[in-house]
Amino acid sequence: MEKGRFGIYGGQYIPETLMRAVTELEQAYERWRSDPGFVSELQNLLAQYAGRPSLLYFAEKMSRDLGGAKIYLKREDLNHTGSHKINNVLGQTLLAKKMGKTRIIAETGAGQHGVAAATAAALLDMECEVFMGAEDMERQALNVYRMELLGAKVNRVTSGTSTLKDAVNATMREWAGRMTDTHYCLGSVMGPHPFPVMVRDFQAVIGEEIKVQCMRFEGRLPDAVIACVGGGSNSIGSFYTFIGEEEVELIGCEAAGKGVDTAENAASIANGAVGVFHGMKSYFCQDEYGQIAPVYSISAGLDYPGVGPEHAALFDRGRARYVPITDEEAVDAFAYLARSEGIISAIESAHAVAYAMRYAPTLPKDRILVVTLSGRGDKDVAAIARYKGVSVSE
Amino acid sequence: MNKISAAFSAGKAFVPFITGGDPDLETTEKLLYALDQAGAAIIEIGIPFSDPIAEGPVIEAADMRALQAGCTVDKLFDLVARVRPDIQAPLLFMTYYNPIFAYGIARFIERAAACGLDGLIVPDLPFEEREELYQPCKARGLTLISLIAPTSDTRIRQIAMESEGFLYCVSSLGVTGERSAIDDSAKYMIEKVREISDIPCAVGFGISTAEQAQAISAFADGVIIGSAIVRIAAELGRDCVDAISAYAKTIKQAIALP
Repeated sequence: MEKGRFGIYGGQYIPETLMRAVTELEQAYERWRSDPGFVSELQNLLAQYAGRPSLLYFAEKMSRDLGGAKIYLKREDLNHTGSHKINNVLGQTLLAKKMGKTRIIAETGAGQHGVAAATAAALLDMECEVFMGAEDMERQALNVYRMELLGAKVNRVTSGTSTLKDAVNATMREWAGRMTDTHYCLGSVMGPHPFPVMVRDFQAVIGEEIKVQCMRFEGRLPDAVIACVGGGSNSIGSFYTFIGEEEVELIGCEAAGKGVDTAENAASIANGAVGVFHGMKSYFCQDEYGQIAPVYSISAGLDYPGVGPEHAALFDRGRARYVPITDEEAVDAFAYLARSEGIISAIESAHAVAYAMRYAPTLPKDRILVVTLSGRGDKDVAAIARYKGVSVSE
Repeated sequence: MNKISAAFSAGKAFVPFITGGDPDLETTEKLLYALDQAGAAIIEIGIPFSDPIAEGPVIEAADMRALQAGCTVDKLFDLVARVRPDIQAPLLFMTYYNPIFAYGIARFIERAAACGLDGLIVPDLPFEEREELYQPCKARGLTLISLIAPTSDTRIRQIAMESEGFLYCVSSLGVTGERSAIDDSAKYMIEKVREISDIPCAVGFGISTAEQAQAISAFADGVIIGSAIVRIAAELGRDCVDAISAYAKTIKQAIALP
C-alpha cells in the first residue's frame, strides 16, 4: 500500500500550512504505536477507565421475535461516556501528550466525540476546545453542557450548513493557525493520513473483542458484522480484524434520511461520487460541480457528506457492502430495541439495528449476526419524542 | 520564459484575488478589466467552493454569495474566454481540488487551456499529491502554482526547486484574512528559496494596507491581496468596481516606491 492509501483512496489533501502538523503526527504515531509503555498505558486506561472489554450480549428475545439468525449486540454504549468514541480519544490524547502538546481540539456532530474528547482532556490534564455546528448544538444541547462541565470550551460554528462538516472545517482552520501546542483529535476514520489509519487502529479493539467473545460463546466467528457508518469509525473498528476472514460478511449502514431518492440524506456510498475533501480522496455527496452537498439525517452523528477512505476501498472491492437506512427505519429500530431488549441505543446505532431486523429473519437460526451498538441513546430521547410528535419537558 | 514568471519582470508585482461570481458574473467581468487597467501583474479568480477550508470568513462569505448567485465553473470558463483577448495580465484560477476532480481532470484542463487561462492555484493539493494534476497541466501549458508556508521548513527546498511561474509564500499560519501585523516568516522563507532558486516569490495572506504591501515588497517580488478586495465587494456589491480600482492603484503605487 502506498503511504496513507487504501487503493486509490485516502492521501493528504490539505493546505501546505498543515503539512508539518500531519507529518509530525505521522512520525509520532509510528514511534509510539508499538512502544510497550504507550501500549500498556493505553490498555490500562481502556480497561480501568473506559470499562473495556465491552459486553457482547446475546439478544435472545429479539432473535426469537425476529425468527431468524441469532443476534449479538456489541455494547459500545456501555463504555465510559457512552460510546465507542472513548477508544479513539484516549489513544489520541495520550499520543498528543507524548508529543508534548498541551491542548486538543475536536469537531463533533452528535456531541459524543466532543464529550469523549473533553473527558480524555480532563483526565489527562489537557486543555480542550470543541467545534460544533450551531444546528447540532440545538439538537444536542445536553451534550454541549456536558462538555462544558468537563472543562471544555464549545465553539459554535455557523458557517455553511452549521453541521458536522462545517465543524470539521472550523477545526481544521483552527489547527492551521495553532499547531505547536495543539493536537487535532479527529473523531473518525477520515481526514488526511495518518488519521484514517490511526483512528482505525484505536477502534480495532471493538472487532478484536467481538472475535474473542464470539469464539467463546459460539466456538466460531460470526456470519456477519453490522455497524452504522457516518465517517465510519465504529464500523471500521468492528470490521477490521475480520477483513481477512472472507466468510464473515461486513455490512455498513448509511443514513438515508428521508430516503436515498430524496435530496435529504447522507448516504455517501449509495448516492455520492468519488471526490477529494477534508484531506482525503473518498466518496462524497456532491453536485456535478464538486460542491459538497448539504446532507441530512435525523442522526447528527451520521450527518456527514463523506465516508472514510478505507470504507470506500472495501466497497469498491466488494469486501463490505453498504446499505442505506432511512430515519423512519432507524426510529422504528430505536423503539423496537428499547421494548424488546430494554436497551436505548443511540439513533446512529439504531441504523445498524434496523438492518439486522430486516436481515435476520431471512437467515437460518444457526447463523450469527453481530450488531455494534456504537452508543447509548439518552442524548436522542428528546429528538425521538419530537420526531414522534410527543411533547416532553425536561 | 513562462508568461507568469514574465509578469514579474516589470517591477514588483501586484497580484489581486477576486471571488468569481461575487456578487455576480457581470461585476467579476468589470473587475477583471479594472484590475488589469490598474496595473495588476497577474489576476487570481477564485472558483467559489462550498467548503473553503483555507479561507477566513471574508472569502468564505464571498464564496457563499457567488454560489447563491448561481456561479459555476462553466460560467467562469466562459467569462475567461470572453475577456481573455482584452486583458494583459495572466489569469489564474484559485480553486479547491474537488471542483477540478468532479469536472474530470482532463476535461477541466482542456477547457482551461482552450479559454486561455494561464494557471491554477490549488490550496488543498500539497506537493506530494500534485502529480495527477501537474502532468495534465504541463501537457497543456498551464502553470500549477506551488505554495510554501511558515511551517514548510525543510520542504521549502524541494518545493521551490520544482516550482514554476511563481512561488506563493503564505505569510502566516491560519487562514486567509486581513491581519494587523505580519511577522518575518515570509522574509525568512524567501531567503531560504533564494539559496536555491530565482523563482519569483509573491507573498499572500493577511496583507491589506499600502504600508504592509510596501514593506512586503521590500523583500518579495510580489504581493497577493485577496480578503481586503473581497471585503470591498462585500460592502458595495455591484457598485464595488470603482472603489476596488482605486484601492488597486494605491497598492500598485505603494509597491512601486523604491
